[in-house]
Amino acid sequence: MTRPGRRLETILLPLAAAAALVAIWDLAVRWTGTNIFPSPDAVARGLAELARKGLLLRYSRDSLLRVAAGYGIAVAVGIPLGIFLGWKPAAARAANPVIQLLRPISPLAWIPVAIVLFGVSDIAAIFLIFLASLFPILVAAMNGVRGVPAMYRDAALNFGLSRGALLSRVIFPAALPEILTGLRIALGIAWIVVVAAEMIAVNSGLGYLVIDSRNAGKRYDLVVAAMLLIGIIGLVLNLLVSRVARLRAVRWGFRQEEA
Amino acid sequence: MTFRGDRDDVRVLEDLDLDVHEGEFVCILGPSGCGKSTLLNIVAGFLPPTAGTVRIDGEDVRGPDPRRIFVFQERGVFPWLTVEGNIGFGLGRLSRQARERRIAHYVQLVGLNGFEMAYPHELSGGMKQRVEVARALAVDPDMLYLDEPFGALDSITRLVMRGELLRIWQAEKKTILFVTHDIEESVQLADRVVILSARPARIRRIVGIDLPHPRDLSSRRYLELRDGIFEEIGLAHRI
Repeated sequence: MTRPGRRLETILLPLAAAAALVAIWDLAVRWTGTNIFPSPDAVARGLAELARKGLLLRYSRDSLLRVAAGYGIAVAVGIPLGIFLGWKPAAARAANPVIQLLRPISPLAWIPVAIVLFGVSDIAAIFLIFLASLFPILVAAMNGVRGVPAMYRDAALNFGLSRGALLSRVIFPAALPEILTGLRIALGIAWIVVVAAEMIAVNSGLGYLVIDSRNAGKRYDLVVAAMLLIGIIGLVLNLLVSRVARLRAVRWGFRQEEA
Repeated sequence: MTFRGDRDDVRVLEDLDLDVHEGEFVCILGPSGCGKSTLLNIVAGFLPPTAGTVRIDGEDVRGPDPRRIFVFQERGVFPWLTVEGNIGFGLGRLSRQARERRIAHYVQLVGLNGFEMAYPHELSGGMKQRVEVARALAVDPDMLYLDEPFGALDSITRLVMRGELLRIWQAEKKTILFVTHDIEESVQLADRVVILSARPARIRRIVGIDLPHPRDLSSRRYLELRDGIFEEIGLAHRI
């Protein structure tokens, strides 16, 4: 494909699609003459108001910090535990039923439990994010290690590697692409769950902004502004994680990105 | 050697007795599924035999050993390491300088100059196979075990790789056990061809290949030896 053609497809077309969506939104608001649903214009003014009051940065930061804490703990627990379970088939057989039972429970169902355990607090929100991120990471690490071809182990053992070296020099790098996929999925879920958690468990953050704007004076311009912020930050987070998948040492594991 | 299955045990190998001399190039030839890979895995120490022993230099084989390196098809290279990283994989005990010198030597030997920093997924099948052979040679083993190493390559690359392997074998003086189902390949490469029967595999015959290298593939003796093996296996060389 030629370069100008590529540019058109990757930058101009998405921009045009977004512009079209905003135009349809604007027309729909004018056409129906609604007083409740805000126009794009009103949302932009809402965003400016949030920025002026300092809420935009403060709430975004609060949400991101909660995600960083809950997700960070899930990474620190999930990767080692997943590798261990993938490495020891007996342990995996013992733990698997529990994992499969807990995994389909929506993190939102844990909200009452989180509040009972930790009160209406940051810790409750962080706990929910931790739970939501843990399972995708744990399962990805477990399956990643299990799926390492026996040939790699045999080849490594042939060179006289110790168990520790086998784990760090072969099993971990061989499982890394799958682990990264789990990390990416988990981060997306964490960002969804933080919004829900903040609606109930705390008094700051973007989720709180959504529910508070609605409750205090039906400020739907601010509701939609907060939604937009949530979407934009989620998009940026996903872009950042997908960058990691392009590193040369793991690119082999992502077939769709091979030329 | 017997594989224990859930219901039936499958006898894979039976009464195999084979001596290999130092520096010799031996091809183990047999039909697909006859158990020749199993044999090589036992010799390499990856599988314990249900009966019998493998003895090398008077020592029983109890597991894999860096003095004897197994070369898989090219899928055995580590995709997360560069060409350099792969070739240096078994050199952890050397100093940095010695390791770099060793890597450079084997990059040169297998003709991968300029690709030191490339990753396997950026290489062709033949190049990946070169990386794996270089990785094996770099630890200076006494023996190489090759399990249909060129089976996944196209026929032109396969011919080139055979020539390269012979050149390396003569330069490095290793003992080579080479498993293949390709009759021509075995006659082109080996000092002796060990012909196995179908499962449970026994040795049908051992054919000494008394041709000097480089071998002329249209010489009368080459064709005689090749046709003799065709007949031994019970194949008419007419399609």
